[in-house]
Amino acid sequence: MEQILFQFFNLDIMIQAWPIMLRGFGMTLLLCIVVIPSGLLGGLVVALASTSEKRWIRWPVAVLVDIFRAIPPLALLIMISAGLPFAGIRLSPFTAVCLSFLLNNSAYYGEIYRAGIESIGTGQDEAARSTGLTGFQSMVYVILPQAVRNVLPDLVSNTIEVVKLTSLASVVAFAELLYSADMARSVTYNASPIVMAACFYLVLLWPAVRLASRLERKLST
Amino acid sequence: MSQRLPILTIDNLHLRYGDVDALRGITLEAGTGEMTFLIGPSGSGKSSLLRCCNRLETPTSGKIYVDGEDITQRYINLNRVRRGIGMVFQSFNLYPHMSAKGNVMLALRKVLGKSRAEAEAIALKQLERVGLSDRAGHYPNQLSGGQQQRVAIARSLALEPKIMLFDEPTSALDPELVGEVLKVMRQLKDDGMTMVVVSHEMRFAKAASDHVVFMAEGQIVEAGPPAQIFDEPVAERTRTFLQEAYH
Amino acid sequence: MTRFDRFIDTFFKPEVMQQYWPDIVSGLFVTCQIAILVIVSGISLGLALAILRSYGFKVINLPIVIFVDLLRALPPLVLILILYFGLPNLGINLSGFLVLWMVLTLVLAAFAEEIFWAGILSVPEGQWQAARSTGLGRFQTLIYVVIPQAVRMTVAPLTNRTIAITKNTALGMVIGVPELLNQATTAQSFAANATPLMMATIAYLILFIPVVYAGRRLEKAYAWRRH
Repeated sequence: MEQILFQFFNLDIMIQAWPIMLRGFGMTLLLCIVVIPSGLLGGLVVALASTSEKRWIRWPVAVLVDIFRAIPPLALLIMISAGLPFAGIRLSPFTAVCLSFLLNNSAYYGEIYRAGIESIGTGQDEAARSTGLTGFQSMVYVILPQAVRNVLPDLVSNTIEVVKLTSLASVVAFAELLYSADMARSVTYNASPIVMAACFYLVLLWPAVRLASRLERKLST
Repeated sequence: MSQRLPILTIDNLHLRYGDVDALRGITLEAGTGEMTFLIGPSGSGKSSLLRCCNRLETPTSGKIYVDGEDITQRYINLNRVRRGIGMVFQSFNLYPHMSAKGNVMLALRKVLGKSRAEAEAIALKQLERVGLSDRAGHYPNQLSGGQQQRVAIARSLALEPKIMLFDEPTSALDPELVGEVLKVMRQLKDDGMTMVVVSHEMRFAKAASDHVVFMAEGQIVEAGPPAQIFDEPVAERTRTFLQEAYH
Repeated sequence: MTRFDRFIDTFFKPEVMQQYWPDIVSGLFVTCQIAILVIVSGISLGLALAILRSYGFKVINLPIVIFVDLLRALPPLVLILILYFGLPNLGINLSGFLVLWMVLTLVLAAFAEEIFWAGILSVPEGQWQAARSTGLGRFQTLIYVVIPQAVRMTVAPLTNRTIAITKNTALGMVIGVPELLNQATTAQSFAANATPLMMATIAYLILFIPVVYAGRRLEKAYAWRRH
């Protein structure tokens, strides 16, 4: 028991690691601020394209979405940060992370929006068009607001996944929360900093997880 | 009228949900082969009473005897008790992932432990009894409401219950489908089945039942043979209710 | 050298492909192995927890809910690092393979529990009553009546979640599990060429595109669930 406390919940080490961890946490938040809005926006573009009436838009997007849903996010990230330099494209770890997240998240958010758009009957669009709204206006003012409401639980739980995924940035040496924790671990030979990182993630995400399950339950009944 | 051997005896039954009194001292008897009709405004406790008889609800106090056995005892094998008491629901509650035959066979196999062949034979016999032998392989969503309800009746009958409880069996049906279900119920009565029915089909009650119980606010207001309740009701509440029910 | 030649030379170099394809194949094999193990154990554990939860014992439900929340909130990589680097200090040495399998199993179990539980809740109360009224017991009702209906509603979300978690086998790279991505990055650094990474990417596509496609079809087939 004492061993467990010493190895996983070592207060001295946690206090020592605190400043580094705090900076790492700041970087994680920074990543989130860039990656979540860009994914939400990219997803919207993907959804509009994949519900387009024109087949030559719909098909390529569907193929791309499936590709990015099939590749593990870590493989994509490594491809971009370690593979592209061979082709002469050198990106900073931050840019590499943002780019790979944009590709991956747009595919996922896009699928969610699409399901939402498809859940709205054509009657809504027809009604909007009959009052003279353009197809785009009908989408923005009539379809999307309802669609987003219908898939809100999925959007929230996907956003939780995105925040968790930012931990992958540690693998390409971007100094976010988990990277900082792992640095502290390798210096102290003690797992407490990683437990501490876990606590940070819990503080950030537990409320979101609660919210997500509440939303899921509310919509399913 | 049948010989009055009580097969169902309800003695001073009370049921509370939180601070709502759903049943307030119900005492009732039903004889073998009789059809007892429970009528009354919604919220009067008819359905709660029925559900107590199958222990889908546990009464707060009072006793229910089925064929001499007290089914309100605390330590009792509910699965054994329930198998002896058939129940038909307003919303049919057929299992959507099983065919008509499969619906009837499930309890035969899993509760009574019958072989597949034996269960199938019984299922076909019961489906024939409700006039659906040609629908045995159909799934619930391929059947009309009336047919679904008849399958549900067959599902209960297959376990050879001592009593059948009907909880508004025709309320969810389109008017033109009500007749086929009532016909099956009528036929069951002629076969000597003991039945307790909650329903708004007053004409059917008048023609087929032996005993009518009018309930309001969790109590029995008036009970007697149909001729008495429908033609010469004593209580003012019964009269008002019947007047409204017929219009 | 033309631009196209350079592109081929960087991502599809034949000599590199020839030299490293056995490594990539062995990595693919390990990835499949973990994936199958995780799917079987994760979904079984999740279903078992959902069944346990349906009995409604408060003392059991609270830990289940906390377990599910924890594993939904924590990045799998954090759990992997805690187990892989923390346990040896307590004298427990688990292989990377074992740690990866355990963590992904727990994560999938948590999500599966939640999905199955929602499925069980979505089966109308009348189905329970009808089954119980014919004398079926609680467990029998669950197994023969409720779960077959619940599973139909959970197939699509469960498939999507399973794909997402199975892709996390790539995290094995961080703790030296010789899976696909690990083999590819190792080969890449020896060959000083991006071809092995491209091979791994293609292997992932071959492995997951059919499943993603199946998930899409299932989602369409059960789309009525949302209404």
